[in-house]
Amino acid sequence: MLLLIPLLPLVGFLLNASFGRRVSKPAAGAIACGAMIASFLVSLVSVFRLIALPADARAIAQQVFTWISSGDLAVAFTLRLDPLSAVMILVVTGIGSLIHIYSTAYMHEERDAEYARYFSYLNLFAAFMLVLVLGSNFLVLFVGWEGVGLCSYLLIGFWYEKKSASDAGKKAFIVNRIGDFGFILGVLLAFVHFGTLDFQEIARSSAALGPEAAFGTMSLITLLLFVGATGKSAQIPLYVWLPDAMEGPTPVSALIHAATMVTAGVYMIGRNAVLFSHAPQTLTIIAVVGVATALLAGTIGLVQNDIKRVLAYSTVSQLGYMFLAMGVGAYAAGIFHLYTHAFFKALLFLGSGAVIHALAGEQDLRRMGGLKKDLPITYWTFLIGALAISGVPLLSGFFSKDEILYRTYASGHTLLWIVGLLTSLLTAIYMFRIVFLAFHGHRAEPFADAQDRHARPPQSGSHEAAHAAHLHDAPPAMAIALVVLAVGSVAAGYVGLPQALGGSNRFEKFLEPSFTAADVRSTPDVPDDGAATEGLELGLMAVSTLVAVGGIGLAFFFFLANPRASDRVASQFPGLHRVLMHKYYVDEIYDAAIVQPIRIVSEDGLWKGLDVRVIDGAVNDVAGTVGGASALLRRLQTGSVRAYAASLFLGVVLILGYYLWR
Amino acid sequence: MPAGVSLRDFYYLLPELVLTGGALLVLIADVLLPRRSGHALAWITLLVLAATLASLGTFSGTHEVAHGLIAVDEFALFFKVVFLVSAAVTVLMSVRYLEIEGASPGEYYFLILCATLGMMILAGGIDLITIFIGLETMAVSFYILVGFIKPNQKSNEAAVKYFLLGAFSLGILLYGMSLLYGLSGTTNLRVMAPVFFGPETRHDPRLILAVMLVVAGVGFKIAAVPFHMWAPDVYEGAPTPVTAFLSVGSKAASFAMILRIFLEGLPAMVHDWQILFEALAIVTMTVGNLAALTQTNLKRMLAYSSIAHAGYILIGLVAGTPRGVSAMLIYLFIYTFMQLGAFTVIVLMRRRDVVGDELKDFSGLHFRHPYAAFAMLLFMLSLGGIPPTAGFMGKFWLFSAAIDAHYYWLAVIGVLNSAVSLYYYIRLVVFMYLKKDATGSEPSTTPALTVALAIAVVATIYIGIYPRVLFEIAEASARTLGVVGITAALP
Repeated sequence: MLLLIPLLPLVGFLLNASFGRRVSKPAAGAIACGAMIASFLVSLVSVFRLIALPADARAIAQQVFTWISSGDLAVAFTLRLDPLSAVMILVVTGIGSLIHIYSTAYMHEERDAEYARYFSYLNLFAAFMLVLVLGSNFLVLFVGWEGVGLCSYLLIGFWYEKKSASDAGKKAFIVNRIGDFGFILGVLLAFVHFGTLDFQEIARSSAALGPEAAFGTMSLITLLLFVGATGKSAQIPLYVWLPDAMEGPTPVSALIHAATMVTAGVYMIGRNAVLFSHAPQTLTIIAVVGVATALLAGTIGLVQNDIKRVLAYSTVSQLGYMFLAMGVGAYAAGIFHLYTHAFFKALLFLGSGAVIHALAGEQDLRRMGGLKKDLPITYWTFLIGALAISGVPLLSGFFSKDEILYRTYASGHTLLWIVGLLTSLLTAIYMFRIVFLAFHGHRAEPFADAQDRHARPPQSGSHEAAHAAHLHDAPPAMAIALVVLAVGSVAAGYVGLPQALGGSNRFEKFLEPSFTAADVRSTPDVPDDGAATEGLELGLMAVSTLVAVGGIGLAFFFFLANPRASDRVASQFPGLHRVLMHKYYVDEIYDAAIVQPIRIVSEDGLWKGLDVRVIDGAVNDVAGTVGGASALLRRLQTGSVRAYAASLFLGVVLILGYYLWR
Repeated sequence: MPAGVSLRDFYYLLPELVLTGGALLVLIADVLLPRRSGHALAWITLLVLAATLASLGTFSGTHEVAHGLIAVDEFALFFKVVFLVSAAVTVLMSVRYLEIEGASPGEYYFLILCATLGMMILAGGIDLITIFIGLETMAVSFYILVGFIKPNQKSNEAAVKYFLLGAFSLGILLYGMSLLYGLSGTTNLRVMAPVFFGPETRHDPRLILAVMLVVAGVGFKIAAVPFHMWAPDVYEGAPTPVTAFLSVGSKAASFAMILRIFLEGLPAMVHDWQILFEALAIVTMTVGNLAALTQTNLKRMLAYSSIAHAGYILIGLVAGTPRGVSAMLIYLFIYTFMQLGAFTVIVLMRRRDVVGDELKDFSGLHFRHPYAAFAMLLFMLSLGGIPPTAGFMGKFWLFSAAIDAHYYWLAVIGVLNSAVSLYYYIRLVVFMYLKKDATGSEPSTTPALTVALAIAVVATIYIGIYPRVLFEIAEASARTLGVVGITAALP
């Protein structure tokens, strides 16, 4: 049963990869969407069966086969459904299905083969993502972890004609290598330290050990794992790939780079909550990195002009919130935000996709404006998404973000809470900057002009002509996805209604078994749910509501009511503005400090130094004019073989030298 | 019949005898059959290999034959299977390649079989004399094979280089071996081992010199840095199927020799050679991967990649534990298939007018031949160690063996290196999948190549998903090496 969930998209991938080029677009789209929807239905059934079980026994495991067995050591390919993975598979298959449906319209101008290629990658991604969240040990998780990475690079570089797209894919790949380097070391160390890779058993062993007072092995393991998470989930210092990843098609940004893959790091920490709880040093680092990333990305998001880049920095910032939650031990709150964020961020990306689609590839906010009239569905749904992410009460983002801020404050991290609140203000400002610049006000210049410069390669000419007359709102397949996600963005939060508002936070109770070891209860201290804390929680809610509304107000003042004011502020702090525009020069710093030195060493040092490559050109040139044998002799006498023999001899001398020196 | 050698000895040498007889049969058939009968000769060669493989199964257990010259045990068996399978895949790859190059197939297949024979002797050799004979049988066959395409300058130059440097390194190795003989009074590794355990001999500088020279000599064979300079030139210049066989069979055989010499013959000196191999492993991995980064010729890139892989495999030797040794066997087995597979795809690209081993020849391959591109993707992922391919399992086991033996830094450097290596493997994937270029070469398949590719693909996926059987066999094989004795000797 469980195996079917990742298997169905895999079958979809195989079908489209093998026959996709030979079938029509609707058929290829139907295969891909059908596979996802079927997987979603199987997930729903599985989750219902899970809920039917008593609360403390909610887990369904399916061992597919024994993977490695060596002496007393065995690693099985086992899928395991528990409350945490239940949330994840519903997000992946549910939102995944909607984005697949949206893509059928968004990508319809691609050629048949490209269309099938796109959907086969998308299905393959979903299959790996489901393996990632269903795996019951690190090895299975790692299969998914690397698999989603591969699909991500392929999809970022999907429009390979664009150099920026293939560069972005390359960057994502390299940055993730650094993260995975830490991750695999963490896994190996855990394997040797605990003698197992099974999440349940690691939780049990670490719970038995008790929290580490000083920085010990468990802290090292968790820190290495967190390095992997910073790569995959775009946190400081490895967040730089995500904004560039926006070169991929917009539905890909929505699915992979907002709703699912980038949350894998958060999920991984949640999956190992017990282990991380026993490494308080690492938790502190996670909380600080998370909140710092949230703030940094939020400030950059304020001044970017590419609509998708603003959303990308917003994603980085929201992921920072999730890590903050993990770091203060509020695992359920972090996963809750992951879940609500999947709805509204997917919605925002798809909304921006509808805008880009309508404007034939235009992504620059400064060239948009007044779209509200022409794109009503897009406008209203986007507005709901923006309200949700800003933390306006009664929408999903409010509940989840507030839960994180409350838990941060309640656990005594006042400074982190203040920074979190500040980020919340920034979120409201940059989101409504998009709303006001794109949908309100007036168009800065005719769109026909923009099309010529910014049309995506696959866009056809007839489409452009249509735009000159008037703009199309989202076609049905796209509109359905937008509306469903908008409904979700409003309603999704009510499963986790806090007690202070008369709810019972069922989401957190549902997840709780996933964050505790079977026999040792070691959840972080949560304040008693007395009247005093309820008062505190309500008070904090009021503060964050004020912040959200204040942010929207500021955005209204600067970007709609008084557009010149924002320019004035920018010109008053030219240095700060320039730093933000250039994203704190982090890319430039990395390039100068890391990329260039490596390039120089490998190209100039090794290639020219070590790889002599004498066999190449020279022989061909000479052989053409002089007789073969003499050319050969000459080559041999010019020293290459002697040089090689000398290097052999040098090796012997080095070894000898070592012994003499010792 | 010489004294002390009985019929029983010949019985245990049956696989080697079958192979020798088969090799001669190929030579005779070449004369008797009409010209241009490459296919028939390939079939005969495959049958010989199959017969040899079948004869391996006629006895079991651990035996020493011919006065302790050769051991017949599961360790040797494991390697012999690797050699025979890789020889068979090489033959499948060669049929059309030889036709295109217009080379005479008879001698070619004969030499492939001779090289295989040398490898088999090497895997069983527990006496310095046997090891030397096996090594030379293999090496001389390869010297000729590398230069087999006579009109090709690159091929000739590669052969001469390989021969000169091979002879030079063999001199170093022989010098080391002669010192070992002089100090112990025996050429048999198992007799030699206890002699060196005395506190006097262990610190004898002459013994240390001998160990050193042997390390340098075998370092050349596995192309460990700084004894690797020949590899890129030879790999690039040799006919592609020979490159494949050289990088797989010769490397595996050399590792078998290393394990025999150092674990069976020199356990007393473990602290001396362990640190040498540790340094070699680190330098080899790092230089191999960094130099591969900028290559644009695929054969040359795979040459550096194969250097790097030798570095990874050495990690298992440094760990020195039974788990480390079994990880080496597992890795060599997996490496055989992914490397052969990658070379098969390169052979696929070879057409009458196109060499097809440049990176740009592969651009957009996915659009012209999706199956070849997918197979190559799989091999690249496996070489880079991405799950669920076999290469990941192999690396995982090697690195965890290193951590298990408390060689943390070695594991860290290994993981770092495999992270770096992914860059150049994935670059090929990018060329195949994300570039659309009409100038790329058009691959053309034959049934033989399809079979070769299918074997490699199935093995790479199967072992990645279900490595259990291989793990069990490798562990059992490693156990017959007397590794248990080694760990007991460690403090």
